[in-house]
Amino acid sequence: MVKTLDKVDVVTVGVGWLGGIIGAECAKAGMKVVGIERGKERSTADYLMVHDEYRYAIRYELMQDLSKETITFRNNRKMRALPMRQMGSFLLGEGLGGSGTHWNGHTWRFLPYDFEIKTQTEKKYGKDKLSADYLLQDWGITYDELEPYFDQFEKTAGISGENKNPFAGKRANDFPTPPMKKTPILRKFEKATSNLGYTPFMLPSANLSETYENPDGQTIAACQYCGFCERFGCEYGAKTSPEITVIPTALKTGNYQVRFHGNVVEVLKEGGKATGVRYIDTQTGEEFIQPADVVVLTSYVMNNAKLLMVSGIGEMYDPDTGRGTLGKNYAYQILPGATGFFDEQMNVFMGAGSLGMTIDDLNGDNYDHSELNFIHGASMSITQTGVRPIQTNPVPPDTPAWGPEFKKASIHNYSRTLSVGGQGASIPHKENFLSLDPDYKDAYGVPLLQLTYNFTEQDRNLHKYLTDKAKAIMDEMGAKTTVPGNPLSDYDIVPYQTTHNTGGTIMGASPDDSVVNNYLQHWEVDNLFVVGAGNFPHNGGYNPTGTVGALAYRAAEGIIKYSKAGGSLV
Amino acid sequence: MTKDNNGLSRREFLKTTGIATGALVGGGVLGSLITHNVTKDNVAGTGKNEAGGEHVGDVFRGRMFFTNVNEFNVLSEAVERIFPEDDLGPGAIGLGVPYFIDNQLAGNYGSNAKEYMKGPFFAGESTQGYQSRLTRAEIFKQGLAKMDEEAKKRFDTGFASLEGNQMDEILTAFQKNEVEMKGVASEFYFKLLRQATLEGAYADPIYNGNINMAGWRMKGFPGHQMAYIKEIENEKYMKIEPKSISSMEH
Repeated sequence: MVKTLDKVDVVTVGVGWLGGIIGAECAKAGMKVVGIERGKERSTADYLMVHDEYRYAIRYELMQDLSKETITFRNNRKMRALPMRQMGSFLLGEGLGGSGTHWNGHTWRFLPYDFEIKTQTEKKYGKDKLSADYLLQDWGITYDELEPYFDQFEKTAGISGENKNPFAGKRANDFPTPPMKKTPILRKFEKATSNLGYTPFMLPSANLSETYENPDGQTIAACQYCGFCERFGCEYGAKTSPEITVIPTALKTGNYQVRFHGNVVEVLKEGGKATGVRYIDTQTGEEFIQPADVVVLTSYVMNNAKLLMVSGIGEMYDPDTGRGTLGKNYAYQILPGATGFFDEQMNVFMGAGSLGMTIDDLNGDNYDHSELNFIHGASMSITQTGVRPIQTNPVPPDTPAWGPEFKKASIHNYSRTLSVGGQGASIPHKENFLSLDPDYKDAYGVPLLQLTYNFTEQDRNLHKYLTDKAKAIMDEMGAKTTVPGNPLSDYDIVPYQTTHNTGGTIMGASPDDSVVNNYLQHWEVDNLFVVGAGNFPHNGGYNPTGTVGALAYRAAEGIIKYSKAGGSLV
Repeated sequence: MTKDNNGLSRREFLKTTGIATGALVGGGVLGSLITHNVTKDNVAGTGKNEAGGEHVGDVFRGRMFFTNVNEFNVLSEAVERIFPEDDLGPGAIGLGVPYFIDNQLAGNYGSNAKEYMKGPFFAGESTQGYQSRLTRAEIFKQGLAKMDEEAKKRFDTGFASLEGNQMDEILTAFQKNEVEMKGVASEFYFKLLRQATLEGAYADPIYNGNINMAGWRMKGFPGHQMAYIKEIENEKYMKIEPKSISSMEH
């Protein structure tokens, strides 16, 4: 028996950054909001034993339980898609705060160029710069339009940074808090990149440089540089996360509730409107319907797309005809880089997830691509995140992978190795997309999402170009031996790469080529909003959370507007 | 009370080193003191103890997964070849890696509790990753038996009795995927064995490996430290005595 609950104004699926932002803004506006979270409640008090590489970083304590749900994957349509049985290439979140609990905190604004990538590319390089197989499109919103929402997210999060990046979009306000401390390792990078004619600056960080009270009255503590951010929660409340900011803000209104252990399996629809969601209480197995005036999908890229697909909302993308929008423009990132082996020992074990310096000279269209066989680029950074001993066993090439030589070399180089890395943009391709798997199901009997993805020529060319640049930076930094990253081959879902998956539920100016409008409102179902990095029509050269946070504030504004006036917001 | 090889009981050791018992709240501190004087002769994993464990001071180390002594000996000798004792410090056996792996195989790690294990199963491409129906516990059991079998085939004796270079030859055969296994590739088993060895060498000692934090000390990793805010800008490389998670206080 499915039990139908009392109707609320807004229901969100998943309670991480996006569910938290939508929850806080709508609850502040007086709307009754319920967030349904498949995982458990957690808070700073749960992170007091977090300095534990094995439990958190290796065995994925805070991540999604894949025994319940995963995705299937194939490199191309000729291959049989098989389940991602173990976590690898990207780390999916679960539980209150979602991936916002175990993120590093790099908080970027995508470049003005990113939002108008098609227009600007054609204007500067002509229509044939990329083949027609690449699905380049503008986002339906400009950087300037999105700027106030970036500002709002950064103020909520208290982002620490310095306004010294000459390529960044114009800011109305400076960063809320000053940059983090500049360490000797960062100074090496700063000197080398300056020598090469680049413009280094401190990476915008959600590990705060000082204690900060945000406009909602939430306090975020100052970072202690303990070296446990990535894959960990912060025991100091010093890494901005949903559970110490937007979620308590939402709860404070009295209009907000989180329902834990609830796995949403369907968006319900009647006569062109969403009527609510159906979910399963994972502890009892009971089914519930939560009716709502507005339904907001605020889970990760994968699950947002899957829920629309299993609910039959929107037209599936067909790679043969190019028709349909749901599932198209899935993009990942490429990671060019170089590792340097030094003579001197450095305090590599100290750090913070966003402690770093970056150059943007090689990102976006910040350099001329006329003579290059690709577009876009990467932000190139050095980060001092606190390297941990299980995962960090750097050895020069030709060292055996085990035995006496391996032991000596990996121990010797542990504190003598640095890496410079780029986050490379990924341009969508017609053969890269999300769909539903015909064979494999999750623990609730719902089909798994299927990922069809491979790196493309554009990715390989960009990767090669930037790997050479990374090597040059590392040489300039004074490494005894510099080892460039391997050339890009087929995408492999096994090794961890980046949790910056985008696309599948993209935004745009027209229902012909996008799933949602620039308020993240579904084109076909106007009381359904789909929010997340799935909205990105392509992937940029940065971490996504800053841009996702801005889009969530934009969506919250849209939902509040919609609740008053109804109809399409554009 | 069991004496360690320096002839000091644990209590005597604590007394002579002047450690106030009040400071010994965390098991990690305690553990490090106890195991500090464990020498090669009575160290974990040499398989001398038929009952399946050892008893040092008040700490009881035992096998939670392996019931067969020979299997545990094969594991111990194999991981020691992967991460051997040398002039830098202890190898996998001295670090307690065999017990770490045994304990892990008895839990969620061994039963793949957080992994998608539903069928149907197909081999797939290498880019698609692990596609076996076997759990890690089953893979280890089969892999260790196969290593022993391979040793007998090549050298007429069990793996644990081989010379070092003979063990290496067999490990290399697994690494190069030259050994036939059921339901899993031998190279995958080898990767698992190598990775688990590093995990046992460098995980927090609360998991029964990295005894006395000697793995961390070799590598210069200070383990759990509350903060580096005062040192983060320091130009000088800092040697910091490591601390276990068990001493974490807030």
